[in-house]
Amino acid sequence: MLPSLGYGILVITLLVLIYSVAVAIYGEVKKSAAMVESARRAMLLALPLITVASAILIYLLINDRYDVEYVWSVTNRSMPMYLKITAWWGGQPGSLLFWSWLLSSFTSAVTLRKWDRDRELLPWVLVVTGITLAFFISLNVFFENPFKLVPAGVSIPLDGRGLNPLLRHPGMIIHPPAQYLGFVAFTIPFAFAIAALITGRTDDRWIRITRRWTLWAWLFLSLGLVLGMRWAYDVLGWGGYWGWDPVEIAALMPWLTGTAFLHSVMIQEKRGMLKHWNMILIILTFDLVIFGTFLTRSGVLSSVHAFAQSEIGPLFFVFIVFIFVASFALLIHRWVDLKSETEMKSMLSREALFLLNNLLFLSILVVSFWGVMFPLISELFTGSKVTVGPPFYERATGPLWGALMLLMGVAPLSAWGHSTIKTLGRSIWKPAVAALIAPIWALIAGITNWVALIGFTLIALVITVSIREFWRGAQARSKRSGESFFSELWKLIKRNRRRYGGYIIHISMVLMGIGIIGIELFQSDTQQHLGIGDQVELAGYTVQYDRLDQFRHEDGRFITRGEMSLSKDGKDLGTLAPRYDLYPDGQPMTIPAVRSTLVDDVYIILVNWEGITAESTPFKVYHNPLVKWVWIGGYVFIAGIIIAAWRDEEEEKI
Amino acid sequence: MKNSKFIIGGLFILAAVVYLIASSTQASAEYFMTIEEVREQESEIVGKSLRISGAVLGDTIDYDPDTLTITFTVAHVTGDNDEIEANGGLALVLYNAVREEGTPRLDVVYNGPMPDLLQNEAQAIMTGYIDADGLFYADELLLKCPTKYEEAVPDQSEG
Repeated sequence: MLPSLGYGILVITLLVLIYSVAVAIYGEVKKSAAMVESARRAMLLALPLITVASAILIYLLINDRYDVEYVWSVTNRSMPMYLKITAWWGGQPGSLLFWSWLLSSFTSAVTLRKWDRDRELLPWVLVVTGITLAFFISLNVFFENPFKLVPAGVSIPLDGRGLNPLLRHPGMIIHPPAQYLGFVAFTIPFAFAIAALITGRTDDRWIRITRRWTLWAWLFLSLGLVLGMRWAYDVLGWGGYWGWDPVEIAALMPWLTGTAFLHSVMIQEKRGMLKHWNMILIILTFDLVIFGTFLTRSGVLSSVHAFAQSEIGPLFFVFIVFIFVASFALLIHRWVDLKSETEMKSMLSREALFLLNNLLFLSILVVSFWGVMFPLISELFTGSKVTVGPPFYERATGPLWGALMLLMGVAPLSAWGHSTIKTLGRSIWKPAVAALIAPIWALIAGITNWVALIGFTLIALVITVSIREFWRGAQARSKRSGESFFSELWKLIKRNRRRYGGYIIHISMVLMGIGIIGIELFQSDTQQHLGIGDQVELAGYTVQYDRLDQFRHEDGRFITRGEMSLSKDGKDLGTLAPRYDLYPDGQPMTIPAVRSTLVDDVYIILVNWEGITAESTPFKVYHNPLVKWVWIGGYVFIAGIIIAAWRDEEEEKI
Repeated sequence: MKNSKFIIGGLFILAAVVYLIASSTQASAEYFMTIEEVREQESEIVGKSLRISGAVLGDTIDYDPDTLTITFTVAHVTGDNDEIEANGGLALVLYNAVREEGTPRLDVVYNGPMPDLLQNEAQAIMTGYIDADGLFYADELLLKCPTKYEEAVPDQSEG
């Protein structure tokens, strides 16, 4: 009964959406405000409908209704309540429904805004979001029904299959929703961009309306990436966090264009330039969001993320091509109207450096896209299947990331409109000299790797330049007003959230850079078989194997747990307990033990294999220098973006 | 004239990116081959960087405790997704590859921690090279057990 009701609601939702899109277009053509209003109200129905459908699914999940295939496939009786609820997005059909629910929430929020000044955009925003939402709901209705029952004649299973244990991790519970939020939220700026193109509004209104949407979308997209990295580091047990897996790249690609977009919209707002470029970037970002979803769900690529082979692949492909062709056709149609209001003159001006930053992000995009597509292209033309691995991406994107860091150091000092080497040189030499402390310090510490030395110099440059901007701004204000430095610093940030939030984000990025340089260039590891009492040495640390426990946990897991004491130069640094859990269904899980400091991580894995004994237990020990800075950078990043995206008090309500 | 410096700058960036992509592709391209193809061209591809996918034969997994060296045999599976689908999906293709005696096989040597998913009928995706001794030395080993991620409906899961 309930499953049929859930499915019925999804069908009704789809019909409502089709109605909304059709009536919005018809109303616009007939210039009937009443019809557009009807379309708007129909759109507002989507959220309650999808919410009810989702509530039914969650009810089925927490009540162990194994007559529903989806419930059977992602939960079992032994799972705690919170995991049963989060199983909502634990498999293909449910996560598609979750995606639709998020999108309908965002769409409702947009639909409810005050449209006074932008009435003409409304019908087209409804059309774009409505089509996107209808596409995702139709996937649920026609192909991936979350309410599908086990076939008639088959006895109802007594227990479910449960969630893959690798996914039973707090990071894995937040990572998908964060990633989805980031993906889905980009629909809104895209919808406004298309509405602006259709109506021929060539000003930057669409950018101003969606500015904060874009920032929040970007926050969640970035958060999703960092959480995914953290999960890989904590759970997958291979000593790293980023493997240039095609799906990781699929999530990185919209991040790259989105980041470029965030920067280049500022040029349009300030100088009325790069209008075509901003359109191209938002179209690409949205299309890459759908492409990323397609890659994870269609089974075209082998990856740890791949869902089962699914029928929805071709449909996704059609949708991606449709977005691409329709959007670019519109853009070409409006090409002449989107002329720049000013011309770019100086190569070192702020706007030119922003453009360069955009080109670098796009270059990284091209490299990534090439890496993913190269196997297909090569097979098409030479017949032999060739692929490229992480070394390709590291080698090809390394110099580009480096150039971006240099820009983060230089661009804040350049002037809008016109800048020369002389003016730029005058403002940069002091921070540049200060930044030299970093490589000198590194040299004294014995680091001679030149890539690392350049990297550290650039990182130090970005940090000094950014902090100096805060200091100069607050100092000048405090001199003028006579108030204290810190209260002026507070006001300074409050008055220019985007600018100073942006600097904090720059700092966070290079802090992550410290960690990335550390693990990429200086990671070391060793594998050994140890008996109780044996020791292993790595990078100055001594790891002693103290004891081994093997027992069955009350939830059925069989746990093998080693205890190691860690010391350096004779100083005791505590106990580490790497674990190996074998789940009742035969799925094993390696849980590394990590001692993390600002300088380095010691990361120990119990490398289980049959017949593990106290006399001979295999361990792998990694020494990961500086990796903690990746996570520190992540926290600073969140702080920075919240500052940048917070609503300004004086800002008009949008 | 005013625009020429931007055009030159743009061309310079374009050239740099093309160079980066071309040289990095050259330096790190791996040839994706099936085990059948490897067996056919064995002598020509010695030392070349390869990426191979195959079905793990559980009985052959052997592990040297002193050196942490893992050796196992993989059986040929097709690299064509459509063919896999036509033959009943990845799980079934892997199952059949392991069971049938006639499928081409390849012995693999891997040095590293024992991966959780290295088990009978797992799909091993490996990068490495064939040496003159005919063994495949894997530098990287990715494993996928299709049944662990999404299974068929309950009545079909057996068999």
